Amino acid sequence: MNVHEYQAKELLKQYGVPVLENKVIFKPEEAEQAAKEFVDKGSKVVVLKSQVHAGGRGKGKVHNINTNEILQIDGKDVHGVNVLFGDNLPAKAKAFAEATLGNKLVTIQTGEVGSIVNRMMLEDGASIDKEFYISILLDRATSKNIIMASTEGGMEIEEVAEHSPEKILKETINPNIGFQGYQARRLAFGLGLSGQAFKNFVKFITKLTNAYDALDCSMLEINPLVVTTDEQIIALDAKVGFDDNALYRHPNYAELRDISEEAPLEVEASKYDLNYIKLDGNVGCMVNGAGLAMATMDMIKLSGGEPANFLDVGGGANVERIANAFRIMMSDKNVEAVLINIFGGIVRCDRVANGIIKALETVEVNLPLIVRLDGTNAELAAEILDKSDLEFKVAKSFNEAAEKVSEVVKSLKV
Amino acid sequence: MSVLVNKETKLLVQGITGTEGTFHTMQMIEYGTNVVAGVTPGKGGTTYKGNETNKFEKEVAVFNTVKDAVEQTGANASVIFVPPPFAADAILEAIEAEIALIICITEGIPIKDMIPVKAALLQSNSRLIGPNCPGVITPGEAKIGIMPGFIHSRGKVGLVSRSGTLTYEAVKQLTDEGLGQSTCIGIGGDPIIGTQFIDAIKLFNEDPETECIVMIGEIGGNAEEEAAQYIKEHVKKPVVGFIAGRTAPPGRRMGHAGAIVAGGKGSAEDKIAAMKDAGIFVVDTPGTLGTTAKKALGL
Repeated sequence: MNVHEYQAKELLKQYGVPVLENKVIFKPEEAEQAAKEFVDKGSKVVVLKSQVHAGGRGKGKVHNINTNEILQIDGKDVHGVNVLFGDNLPAKAKAFAEATLGNKLVTIQTGEVGSIVNRMMLEDGASIDKEFYISILLDRATSKNIIMASTEGGMEIEEVAEHSPEKILKETINPNIGFQGYQARRLAFGLGLSGQAFKNFVKFITKLTNAYDALDCSMLEINPLVVTTDEQIIALDAKVGFDDNALYRHPNYAELRDISEEAPLEVEASKYDLNYIKLDGNVGCMVNGAGLAMATMDMIKLSGGEPANFLDVGGGANVERIANAFRIMMSDKNVEAVLINIFGGIVRCDRVANGIIKALETVEVNLPLIVRLDGTNAELAAEILDKSDLEFKVAKSFNEAAEKVSEVVKSLKV
Repeated sequence: MSVLVNKETKLLVQGITGTEGTFHTMQMIEYGTNVVAGVTPGKGGTTYKGNETNKFEKEVAVFNTVKDAVEQTGANASVIFVPPPFAADAILEAIEAEIALIICITEGIPIKDMIPVKAALLQSNSRLIGPNCPGVITPGEAKIGIMPGFIHSRGKVGLVSRSGTLTYEAVKQLTDEGLGQSTCIGIGGDPIIGTQFIDAIKLFNEDPETECIVMIGEIGGNAEEEAAQYIKEHVKKPVVGFIAGRTAPPGRRMGHAGAIVAGGKGSAEDKIAAMKDAGIFVVDTPGTLGTTAKKALGL
């Protein structure tokens, strides 16, 4: 699960991680009011940031949602992150918010389609001396959390890893003793800090590590982390990913979810506890088990089609689940054919076959339907499908299913 | 010979009286697995014979703690059907009781809970399979887990996989091709698991009954690459491999908590390249795992 920057900062603040003062903005007038408050307190610079889950906002540009034209103010493109200064800050903040809200932000991560901006954040400015990179995440090779730091603030860590890996500092957290002071100091020395900034960094990284642990994060990235001219250490940006398996321990996270950031069909599927991921292809698939579901997507591609989705209906595969799965899959207008691939182990194939037929009484499917049921009572299942009034292309094995997909895809192209 | 489990394995079921625990204990007993004890805190001193719908062929003694069960029954393996919030604790209890083989079926254990479990394992003599796995089976001897027993047949192929149903797919083909399986190990789909590909492959490499190894991986992490390097240097037996997730979009978690291409790492292409470089027969589709294993064995 992902959250917006302003939400991440609010959580980090609770653990004593220094962030700049900010206000969330839903309407242009709120940006104006917030900017006025910052100016009244003496701010000369404020930053207006689009709140979308995708990264690359700084370089991303705002496009008109209807015409796709890049929006401009005073002859300059409107970006995902806009640093505002000079006279009349409230009016500027309002103008940028007006240009952005309801339109789409196109970044390197969103692709052409972009991401609609429904909320923004107005943040106080800071006088920046240096920018660094910090992240905490699970290192799967060692099954321990590691902290990565780099002097190349603002750059993608993958890019740094490729071009100058020597600039990445790493500290592994020993699960038996936890993060230690000497590790914090080693990172601070590695980043070239001294004096008050050194001390502040040691405090910062210790608090950040505590927050990562307490919040059950799977990833926590501060990019950039800044050293201000008065030697404060501040999280200028914050990206948090929560461990989905730990959500039961944090019921408060539910209200942080922004479903406008998720594909509508995925939101719908999550209501029924179905594991569905929407893709852009033309062949929908319904499978039991995550590994087999991925392998089925790969097989559709090899057979000349493009997978329209990942969908794991799980072990149960009862009528209700199958019906819901059909409905969600069929709501995707790109779907031109459907493949059901179930390996019945504990679950009997004849039951699944009856489930499919029952489900199709409630959901209309007017597309080629390939069904492969293998495992327990597979032959009985094939008979049930053959006898029904519905038209199935029945396959007995994985390879036969692939052949049928290939035939159907060819017929679609004609 | 086989690896990890056989007829002599004395199995303890942690969470035996739960719905999943009851159903699968019934199935394991029917398969012939030597189930000697169950643990459900608070029900120690009783015996359990299943519930209304799932009745066991025999009574199983229930204990309050793993330690009690081990002391009184000599259990040397444990299978865990405990819900996610309590599963890490169940594994730690089994480690403390010095159970040699711990198999955790539970899906959905938080990463924060698994990190100390992994650390404790490294300081113990216990081996953990899973979590989030179908378990381990030596056909005809012992089935410890949730796999359908009847598709298996005793034979010469050792199978190791991160996925459940994809394993069954391969098992059925190996049975249909007349090759059978020596032992099948489902290592699990989580980012932190007890036994990795490399560990399972070492076991199969040393097992005289295993003549060919099938490894089924998927996107995420670099365990397949690590295993490929080991195979290149140490394994003379033919190895057949498949990687699921070539069409998976980067940054998305594909059902399994561990199946994600993150920061450009863990892609199917990298794994396939490493496996091919190690001389592994990599198939494009799981539909040809059985026939490829047969060819690899020169049959």
